[in-house]
Amino acid sequence: MPALGADMEAGTLVEWLVKPGDRVKSGDVIAVVETQKGAIEVEVFLEGVVSNILIPEGERVPVGTVLAQIDGAPGAAPPPLIEPAVAVLKPGPQILAQAPPTPVIAAPSSRLKITPAARRRAAALSFDPTMIVKGTGVEGSIRLADIETYASGAKLVQRPAKKKGLDLSQMRQAIAAAMSRSKREIPHYYLTETVDLNTASTWIERYNAEKPPVERILPAVLFLRAAALALREQPQLNGAYENGAFIPASSIHVGWAISLRGGGLIAPAIRDTDRKSLAELMAAMRDLVERARRGNLRSSELTSPTITVTSVGDRGAESVTGIIYPPQVAIVGFGRVVVRPWVVDGRIESHPLVTVSLAADHRVTDGHIGGLYLAAVGRLLQEPDKL
Amino acid sequence: MNAPQATAAATRLTYREACKQALRDALLSDPRVFLMGEDIGRYGGCYAVTKGLLEEFGEERIRDTPLSESAFVGAGVGSAMVGMRPIVEIMTVNFSLLALDQIVNNAVTIPHMSGGQFAIPLVIRMTTGGGRRVAAQHSRSLEGWYAHIPGLRVLTPATVEDARFMLKGALADPNPVIIFEHVMLYNMEGDLPSDMKEVDIAHAKVRRAGRDVSLITYGGSLFKTLQAADALASEGIEAEVIDLRVLRPLDTKSILDSVAKTRRCVIIDEGWRSGSISAEVGMRIAEEGFFELDAPLRRVCSREAPIPYAAHLEDACLPQAATIVAVARELVRPS
Amino acid sequence: MIKRVHLDHAHMQHLLKAMIRIRRFEAKCVELYQAQKILGFLHLYDGEEAVSVGVMEALTQDDAVIATYREHGQALARGVDPKCLMAEMMGKLNGCCRGRGGSMHFFDRARRFYGGNAIVGGGMPLALGVALADKMQGRSAITACFFGEGAVDEGEFHETLNLASLWRLPILFVCENNLYSMGMAVERAEADIDFVHKASGYRVAGEKVDGMDVVAVESAARNAIDRIRSENEPYFLECRTYRFRAHSMFDAQLYRSKDEVEVWRKKGPIVRFQTWLEANRLIKPEELATIEEEVDKEIAAAVAFAEAGPLEPVSELERFVTMEEVPS
Repeated sequence: MPALGADMEAGTLVEWLVKPGDRVKSGDVIAVVETQKGAIEVEVFLEGVVSNILIPEGERVPVGTVLAQIDGAPGAAPPPLIEPAVAVLKPGPQILAQAPPTPVIAAPSSRLKITPAARRRAAALSFDPTMIVKGTGVEGSIRLADIETYASGAKLVQRPAKKKGLDLSQMRQAIAAAMSRSKREIPHYYLTETVDLNTASTWIERYNAEKPPVERILPAVLFLRAAALALREQPQLNGAYENGAFIPASSIHVGWAISLRGGGLIAPAIRDTDRKSLAELMAAMRDLVERARRGNLRSSELTSPTITVTSVGDRGAESVTGIIYPPQVAIVGFGRVVVRPWVVDGRIESHPLVTVSLAADHRVTDGHIGGLYLAAVGRLLQEPDKL
Repeated sequence: MNAPQATAAATRLTYREACKQALRDALLSDPRVFLMGEDIGRYGGCYAVTKGLLEEFGEERIRDTPLSESAFVGAGVGSAMVGMRPIVEIMTVNFSLLALDQIVNNAVTIPHMSGGQFAIPLVIRMTTGGGRRVAAQHSRSLEGWYAHIPGLRVLTPATVEDARFMLKGALADPNPVIIFEHVMLYNMEGDLPSDMKEVDIAHAKVRRAGRDVSLITYGGSLFKTLQAADALASEGIEAEVIDLRVLRPLDTKSILDSVAKTRRCVIIDEGWRSGSISAEVGMRIAEEGFFELDAPLRRVCSREAPIPYAAHLEDACLPQAATIVAVARELVRPS
Repeated sequence: MIKRVHLDHAHMQHLLKAMIRIRRFEAKCVELYQAQKILGFLHLYDGEEAVSVGVMEALTQDDAVIATYREHGQALARGVDPKCLMAEMMGKLNGCCRGRGGSMHFFDRARRFYGGNAIVGGGMPLALGVALADKMQGRSAITACFFGEGAVDEGEFHETLNLASLWRLPILFVCENNLYSMGMAVERAEADIDFVHKASGYRVAGEKVDGMDVVAVESAARNAIDRIRSENEPYFLECRTYRFRAHSMFDAQLYRSKDEVEVWRKKGPIVRFQTWLEANRLIKPEELATIEEEVDKEIAAAVAFAEAGPLEPVSELERFVTMEEVPS
């Protein structure tokens, strides 16, 4: 059972998409797992033949449980599909490594520290205690009082019996948990910068004019690309803060925040964002949005972001200052593009502007770094043709 | 140190006097009762508990013995098999090691091993515990050892009323009973309700009710624990203090009831932590009260060393109220 | 010396039969042990029969006995039912202790048989208590306290003799000196092997007696008991004897020679007494045959009783760990 997030403790194997004897290759989706974040497709990172299905459909098992066995290339010993939890409880660099060799990506400790009484109470309330990131008990354990507090505030919805697709109430809880943890643990600092989009807007219009509708891009793609490229200059914003230390990521996988119909928010990764062209990014975004709304995200997409970027789009507010998604250390926000007076060479002109914000973890960086980063984003957006 | 004030009409007396009255009562009420032990007669008892009894009851029933713990404890076992109700005093638990064979291999074993042909209605009293600056060989708390042994009843009177009436219950028990009197309690005064005639020897007792944390203890640590509970109350933490009273058979229900209420527990035991009665109490909670727990179990025990003579070292060795307060506070309000 | 032993035909044959009963009972035990119907330790009394038979003859039913772990002979001589003993050996519910004690722990309340005790010297302090209780309750009973010479090594021996003497308790100390405590020869364990002398250190009077001579033992025991009653103090009897077989079953006997064992076998209590009776025409061959036949029947009945006995239900395992009441 892959760990699909720091707060995930267990998952329900909803559906097997392979059967014994099937040949699989790296990247194949072999199963669907129901978590509090919804139904997640489980990818395989091995090549071989499925020899043994160990967990039947409908069973809920802890993270780290071996789900199936895949016999590898001829002569190789059959490796377990999912390595045991111990093997994956390694700190950040591996988690963020490019094309990780192991399919399981877990936070350093996926074991929930919760007292027996609290666990029993949570079960009685049908409340998922994993949404409480840190308790008030001994050694940060979740104790009864925490359950009562959270459960009363969580407006619990009974877990629906559906087998597939996103469970929004569960997602709400997961968001609540992650955001609560973030606000509790992470000392945020916030910076904003207003960026002139005059050049960029013109450039996009010209770019799109030559393209069929399916290939046209949105301003958000420029934002995403600029945000990713700027990270190369300020790598301290790209990575994870775990066990009291910042672990820089070796690649840039931007989590792209997608709001879901009916509520909920998810930020799956666009891998190697900084190395994708605008066209590739646009395609990736479309694909992600579509699959996120269908509930067909892949496990690795939820666990690999090294930073989050949110763009509120046309109907959003003028600016957004985000809450960092732990264990990431920064979130970049792009507000609605507005047309405002802008002074150019002493003259007032009407320009499209966007407010770019950065919320960053003060344990890792300070405002100087953040400022340099926003400046870089702004600079990059002035030269869209180089993006 | 003061015992909790009684509400009804009461007599104030020391723990020592309560022990003596209990012995005198027993001698008066049952001709089969006699006392054996070192210096219980002419000397008046090492801790003056038996002072005056020789004059009142004579040498036949108040038997000074030579320093032969194995022999006189064995004599207690033998006479109990043949219709007497001996009360044997071993000066301290430390010396009881010299009589361990008689207690463990004979007193406790014969009823079962003989297929129930014999009971051993024997009472052994001994002092226990540290705090008197008399160094390792006179300061041990080995009650937990005895509580390990099936067939024994192990009592630890910590209050004047228990000192006064536990003996009566022990003598009515057809089985060997060991009564541990903590050396630091003899001078303690308390009020004995005048209408009180007996106490049970089967149950733990709530000495102070509380909702936030259970402090489970017995014997000489009871009053340190009550002091700790007072201090905690001043911080707004209401501790429940459970006096085990009976270390074997352990009153698991009372322990679990309290923990079910408070969901947090500190066990205070003057014995060493490893393999102690505190370990047993903790394990019972883990086995039978696991789902009630809202915090890890904690213990305050003696440091794992022979009790030293030097006052500062001995104090550091033994459970103290301040430690109990700190440990309990951390459970209720983690820092 | 033997004036008090009434050596009529019946009594002599009774003594012989008592010794043969022990010998044959134990021979059957060895057989059952090898068939794994008896387990654990099996300490045979083979060679020492005259000690128990002689001493028990001198006791009344009111007297009390504290036994050792080599107590098959002590129990049989005391009159404990061989059926119950054999059942106990086989761990059966109809054994004298419900099969809980086995070979080393026979108890029989009715015969005031206060237990085979498997801690060397561990039974001696009990004798103090039994004797003290009898005395305090106004009974004139004697407590016969059996122990091997190995117990003399233990502090309990010294504490007990001292206290018995000090409190003038009616105890007959019976030292079964078979010369070895397991493999430890007595002269290698004790600085002074004159045990009567040791007893005198506690002002306990005593004497040595030939433990291979049943008449001598009975006579000495009767005299000792008279003296205990008249002098109102304990008495010490050292019975010099020998165990013909291993300490228990698994014993290569490296500590003594076969020749030594053979020398003692020739002085064996049964062969000696029987030969003497035959030589003096105090027993007829048919009488001997009858004794042997009756003993064999008794033992066969004991084995049948034991074999037929049920096992104690496991559900009763904890019964009597604590007693509901003091049995009366």
